Amino acid sequence: MGELIDYTLRVNGREHDVAEAWLGESLLYVLRERLGLPGSKNACEQGECGSCSVLMDGELVCSCLVLAAGAVGAEIVTIEGLTPGDDELSDIQTAFLAEGGVQCGFCTPGFVVSVHDLLEHNPNPTELEVREAVSGNLCRCTGYGRILAAVQAVQQARQG
Amino acid sequence: MSIDLGVRRGRLGESVARPDGIPKVRGQIAFSSDMFAEGMLWGHVVRSPHPAARIRAIDVSGALKIPGVRAVLTFDDVPGRKTYGLDYPDQPVFAWDCVRYMGEAVAAVAADHPETARRAAAAVVVDYVPTEPLTDSTIAEDAEPVHPLGNVLHRQKVRSGDPDATGVAVVEGYYETGMQDQAPLGPESGLAVPAEDGGIDLYIATQWLHIDQEQMAACLALPLDKVRVHLAGVGGSFGAREDLSMHIQICLLALRTGRPVKISYSREESFLGHVHRHPAKMWYRHHADAEGRLVKLEAKIILDGGAYQSSSMAVVMNAACMSPGPYRMPNAVVEAVAVRTNNPPCGAMRGFGAVQTCFAHEAQMDKLADALGMDRVEIRLRNALKAGDALITGQVLTGATPVAEVLRTCTAAPMLAGDPAALAELELPGGAGRTAERGRVRRGVGYGLAIKNLMYGGGFDDYSTARCRLEDGVATITCACAEVGQGFVTLAQQITREVLGVDNVVLNPAATVGIGSAGSTSASRQTWMSGGAVQAACLAVRERALALVSARHGIAPEGLEIVDGRIVSFDGEVDVAVAEAALGEVLEETVDYHHAPTEELDADGQGNAFVSFAYSAHRAVVDVDVDLGLVRVVDITTSQDVGRVLNPVQLVGQIEGGTAQGLGLAVMEEIVLDHGVVRNPSFTDYIIPTTLDMPPVHIAALIEEPEPGSPMGAKGAGEPPMISSVAAVVAAIRMATGLELNRAPVRPQDIALAGTGLSGGSMTSPNDVEVSK
Repeated sequence: MGELIDYTLRVNGREHDVAEAWLGESLLYVLRERLGLPGSKNACEQGECGSCSVLMDGELVCSCLVLAAGAVGAEIVTIEGLTPGDDELSDIQTAFLAEGGVQCGFCTPGFVVSVHDLLEHNPNPTELEVREAVSGNLCRCTGYGRILAAVQAVQQARQG
Repeated sequence: MSIDLGVRRGRLGESVARPDGIPKVRGQIAFSSDMFAEGMLWGHVVRSPHPAARIRAIDVSGALKIPGVRAVLTFDDVPGRKTYGLDYPDQPVFAWDCVRYMGEAVAAVAADHPETARRAAAAVVVDYVPTEPLTDSTIAEDAEPVHPLGNVLHRQKVRSGDPDATGVAVVEGYYETGMQDQAPLGPESGLAVPAEDGGIDLYIATQWLHIDQEQMAACLALPLDKVRVHLAGVGGSFGAREDLSMHIQICLLALRTGRPVKISYSREESFLGHVHRHPAKMWYRHHADAEGRLVKLEAKIILDGGAYQSSSMAVVMNAACMSPGPYRMPNAVVEAVAVRTNNPPCGAMRGFGAVQTCFAHEAQMDKLADALGMDRVEIRLRNALKAGDALITGQVLTGATPVAEVLRTCTAAPMLAGDPAALAELELPGGAGRTAERGRVRRGVGYGLAIKNLMYGGGFDDYSTARCRLEDGVATITCACAEVGQGFVTLAQQITREVLGVDNVVLNPAATVGIGSAGSTSASRQTWMSGGAVQAACLAVRERALALVSARHGIAPEGLEIVDGRIVSFDGEVDVAVAEAALGEVLEETVDYHHAPTEELDADGQGNAFVSFAYSAHRAVVDVDVDLGLVRVVDITTSQDVGRVLNPVQLVGQIEGGTAQGLGLAVMEEIVLDHGVVRNPSFTDYIIPTTLDMPPVHIAALIEEPEPGSPMGAKGAGEPPMISSVAAVVAAIRMATGLELNRAPVRPQDIALAGTGLSGGSMTSPNDVEVSK
């Protein structure tokens, strides 16, 4: 399988050693299968569905399209890093649940990361801006109605 | 974990939050692709690149030589039956003498790393002799058999009334629907763990654990109790997980290597590795009288079943019996047939059989209205089924039949689509492509009205099993119902709280161990069936609790009720917490819930084959760029017959989600086949609706007319929204363009190149359609 390499990734504020990994492994694979962080999901593995969304140096990326060994030195934040302690949820997570934005839940972590990114950059998007921003996240269960309602609920709550 | 969502831990009728919701939003629920075991291997399935080929030899020696490869298996390694299937075992676990579709499994490998497994799979040398594939469903019946069992998978004729009846108005049409994919976001994945007793534990996403177990045991040559199937987190289903995927192959790999084995399909493999919606070719002729009352339907429906049986039988039955739609049809000569071809196998997908025929019958109703100069809604209302009417199968409708009401409420609702002139660029057809010329955008409105039979029928003894255990005021429910996202887990808790008055309801994981079958999470059946089983088990426990209190206090059980977690007598003398009722005794009851019996259809398609029906209406508004053939659905309104609303937010989720899948089939979703070769097995090329494609879904009305015989009065709600939405969207495009558009999905070329002969596809009626009387 060719050269196996060792490197260190910085994920959710922690250094993670990756040992004897195949050079071709994606960031998504390494997060899920080597670092015990399966919250980022594998639905298309070609950057179409957004289920594997993570933040890399503050940029929203599909981790399936990032070579893990190429992410050395970057600050990576996954759904696990956007989830508060054991007894808490973020306001975005709470809204997804309360508004019915979760059915099978497979796309949910990616959506939560995407919405987090959107509201960081644009705290008060229009409905059309929300639709455009999350159009790279596919959901097959909900038809998006309750997901968009969740985003709206977060916006309203944050504005007090 | 105690997270207060500000939602009551509620009863039936409330928007209770999902009990699996917290781990889902945290990314912590273990989907089948998240499974992990120490020392696990990775499996990969070798698949045929050809739609049809003879196999001369299979050489696995090269694959076995790759370092890290632990096993390579072929048909010789299947210890039991070499074939499997949902209704009939006609599909090889591994092909041996030939392959019948692109993607058919030929071998499987297990290796230390998924990349090694992929490379080993590529190193398996299969000596194929490609043969001419049979891919045209219209000639399949008389063509060289694709399989020793022949090319007719199932046929259903329905003949009622006078076959020679005629009406003054006659309209005829030919319609097609394409091969739709369920496209659940979670790819097929599983983890098989060999057990010390020689058996196997499989953790997998599925729709029906016990039917998987039966099929697996026969092929693995193991007794049922050594094949234990556990439900892993399911990333959506929509029919894609009714048939086995990797189940047998992964277990064979684990049993051979003695190590846990994981397989997770890529999206391409997922497209090739599960069944799809049957493409349909439908010829329809309607007769009506001068007032628009329907007189007769003649129809021939050909469904492409692909290479193997799967659930073609049920699809044919639904298509034949639902062929007229929710309308009174005194005379009918209908024939539906599913044929075998070298296209990918087709089976279950949301609304199976009825989605296809609804597309045809609704186009016909519009044609008929136009031919008679009638209003399109009025002609539907004039013929709408009501209680006491009979279907073309002779079955008299005895349940809630609010067909006219769903249509009236849907069409009376205000249209909320914005002024086209005021739309943002992004909201025009073509969206971010910004290619539409505002002046060339045309708007259209269309209607769809649907009927769907609920649950399994045709004489099948459909049941679900549930257990309720009450101990110290905690109710524990065990049921093998597959939670696939629809929210059964929420409903099971709501039902339990409602019946027993307790707050604390625990759900055991779904598995084949220690509980009987719950049947399939399909055909809109689990709310009624497994909901009914949970309710019955809870009622049995309730009866015992009341009997104990009754005996202790010397008061008749009829004089007791449960109020807010307490057992109280009507006179107020008795007041005991439910938790105290049994004085430490555990109360446990297991119940098999059966729906009312149904009958097999006879040779003329007559019989009481169904338990219940649900109805829905959609109105769609579309904007179309007529030059470029781009469509944008700008408004969708719907009404649905639901019996009773048990959880409003979950119900809305079903309706919005089903409508989105219908919009997908109407304007974008199709597996493109080229002589049996799948050309678009990816989310780059198989397009499903995004937030920019999906308008808000306005629910005009949820008709709550409790369904007799339904344990809680509710009807299954998952399928109807997928059915009427397709017809409504395409009808709206017809109105916008003035084109016939007899094919779903409507592709840009069907609009932009209409009449040029360049649009491709089959747009004309075959001349040789014969409906045998």
